[in-house]
Amino acid sequence: MSPTWRGPILFAVMAAVLTGVGMTQSWSVALGIVNLCLISSIMALGVNIQWGYAGLFNVGTVGFAAVGGVAAVLVSAQPVREAWATGGAGLFLAFLAVAATVVAILLIRARIGRGRKRNLAVAAAALIGYFLARLAFDPAVDRIEAIDPALSGYLGGLGLPIVLAWPIGGLMAAGVAWLIGKVALGLRSDYLAIATLGISEIIVFIAKNEDWLTRGVKNVTGLPRPVPYEIDLQQADWFVARAASFGLDPMEASSIFVKLAYAGLFAVVLLALLWLSERALNSPWGRMMRAIRDNEEAAEAMGKDVTRRRLHAFVIGSAVCGIGGAMLTTLDGQFTPGTYNPLRFTFLIWVMVIVGGSGNNWGSVLGGFLIWFVWVEAEPVGRWLMDVLTSGMGEDNALRTHLLDSAAYMRMVLMGLILLLALRFSPKGLLPEKMRIGHRA
Amino acid sequence: MTDILNALVVFANFVLVPGASYGAQLALGALGITLVYAVLRFSNFAHGDTMAFGAMVTVLATWALQGVGVSIAPLPTALLALPAGIVATAAFVLATDRLVYRFHRRQHSQPVIFVIVSVGVMFVMNGVVRFIIGPDDQSFADGARFLVTAGDFKRMTGLAEGLAIKASTLLTLVVAVVVVIALFWFLQKTRTGKAMRAYSDNEDLALLSGVDPDRVVMIAWLLVAALATIAGTLYGLDKTFKPFTYFQLILPMFAAAIVGGIGSPVGAIVGGFVIAYSEVTVTYAYKRVLGHLLPDSLAPDSLVQLLGTEYKFAVSFVILVVVLLVRPTGILRGKVI
Repeated sequence: MSPTWRGPILFAVMAAVLTGVGMTQSWSVALGIVNLCLISSIMALGVNIQWGYAGLFNVGTVGFAAVGGVAAVLVSAQPVREAWATGGAGLFLAFLAVAATVVAILLIRARIGRGRKRNLAVAAAALIGYFLARLAFDPAVDRIEAIDPALSGYLGGLGLPIVLAWPIGGLMAAGVAWLIGKVALGLRSDYLAIATLGISEIIVFIAKNEDWLTRGVKNVTGLPRPVPYEIDLQQADWFVARAASFGLDPMEASSIFVKLAYAGLFAVVLLALLWLSERALNSPWGRMMRAIRDNEEAAEAMGKDVTRRRLHAFVIGSAVCGIGGAMLTTLDGQFTPGTYNPLRFTFLIWVMVIVGGSGNNWGSVLGGFLIWFVWVEAEPVGRWLMDVLTSGMGEDNALRTHLLDSAAYMRMVLMGLILLLALRFSPKGLLPEKMRIGHRA
Repeated sequence: MTDILNALVVFANFVLVPGASYGAQLALGALGITLVYAVLRFSNFAHGDTMAFGAMVTVLATWALQGVGVSIAPLPTALLALPAGIVATAAFVLATDRLVYRFHRRQHSQPVIFVIVSVGVMFVMNGVVRFIIGPDDQSFADGARFLVTAGDFKRMTGLAEGLAIKASTLLTLVVAVVVVIALFWFLQKTRTGKAMRAYSDNEDLALLSGVDPDRVVMIAWLLVAALATIAGTLYGLDKTFKPFTYFQLILPMFAAAIVGGIGSPVGAIVGGFVIAYSEVTVTYAYKRVLGHLLPDSLAPDSLVQLLGTEYKFAVSFVILVVVLLVRPTGILRGKVI
């Protein structure tokens, strides 16, 4: 297979497989998979900007996805006016205290030279600021969380259209990434990995526990949708008539229509990001990033500010992951902090990037589709396999029931094996990075 | 005077004693991470799941022993089952080294590739553990529960507050001390241990002096398997065995290893206790301690808790970041990174 045709052929195979699911199972199932494939591909693009372009090992994708989810809540949930009225002032004071602390620390850093004295002063300022903020924050939070906890107990959001949450989620994730990058990017790659792992755990814990902001594990449900509701479609005459003309039952047709609408929106975002990523990769900026990735010392000797450039890639990639996170929450229609599992949202995305071909944007998209598909299908296939393997045993055999119940976990093993095999036998992935003549042999 | 004593007892009961056992468990975990780092030169993300794997085999062996009625009460049966866990874990990690890591070692892959490889291994171990034992809490502790109960302590001392010492706390500390002494004896006195240290310091020089790298790597994995199984089992006995918590332990363990100076065994132990005590002291609610120390009019209404317990991982992260900023080589100057 010649390299030029490799991509189109693999994408065509993927499309054929998904069509096959649509024809044999149902179109609704196939489109459900496609929607999550699209979101996975966007997150994989984000990781690829960090790893494929710049060689940065970020294992905090789940945290940035959660930031995007929080953005969806903040932008589109209905505001809880009572909570704002009783707790808003306290929160504002706490915010002022934090801002004042940051200013104080910046002033200390500007006035006092490096050394023990400066460290002590910064620590003291941070500690005082923390207590002042807590003084205003705690009572406000108690009041907010006391308001009708079964239904609200949080501030709510701005009540704006949820599509706005996508760019805002990206911006919020970019802000968080900038903070981490400032601290960790000068260090060796292992440290960046540990720092991003840590911060993502903390973000997920915040989402789970700061009920005043996110309702915590009580979940925010009923977020608005960018697409029509199935029930409205089923009652619309034009839709029922149109579905009948295709020979479809209105129920099934409405489900397919909604999923198609989501797929359309997601595809637009994915294509836009893909176009931008390709432009970036083939620009002088992209060449510089690859030069830094491949030979840091040489790039530095040429006068490139390596840490600063890495910060760019880190912030942009994290923003893309944040957009993906906001889209995921949009698709779910609810924000459920308990579901942010690093294996699913960080390491699975990594498998997509490595298998697809790091450094190649199309590869990341292909990886996103392929790996999500395998992840989804591994469970029923595993169950079926176990069923066949243990069919000789009695129906209520303890081992048989255990194996059937545990079959779901085999997909973890499968994903690990795919990653290990890819790294060993095909480290460049399915669609290898394009090597430019004269750059590297 | 009794007020001060009461305050001290409360503090010891909720901070000093639990912190000691948690610190020892983190230290043993961080030792494993540091050993991989020193010999194989990468951060092993699979370490938490290695602990879970070792602990799982130990749990299964414990159940088997309990099933046939073997008991060493007042000690937990898990101690008898420990060798089985170590052997199984050693077999698993040696197999991964043979099938996975060795290839990348020969290829001279970059350290970050090794880290990604360890993520793959983590996935596999994670899946295997859940496949075999499921994702839920499992109880396997038996033997004596308490050395001293709060009630006994109150009767003995006549104080208002009680101090309870769990048997698992003492067991953790004793086992940790024995393991650490054995490890240091091995590294300092035996020929193999010296070869390992030489290999860690300067690979080329060690190879020149006839150190067999394959052997060094193998011994390192064996030590890591033993340490991980022991740490995982002690953690499980002290708290409870649940696969997911072991994944969450990697952050405090990495923090411990880095704070102490990654690559330095003494540092890993110091770091383990630094992290454990920071987590416990920052997330502990001081209401009762202050209630004894302050006059009634000043006694606090709130819990006087610096940070909610759910944020204890944030503590290790903050310490990690501060150390990286202020002293990147760790407290005890580990390998220069």
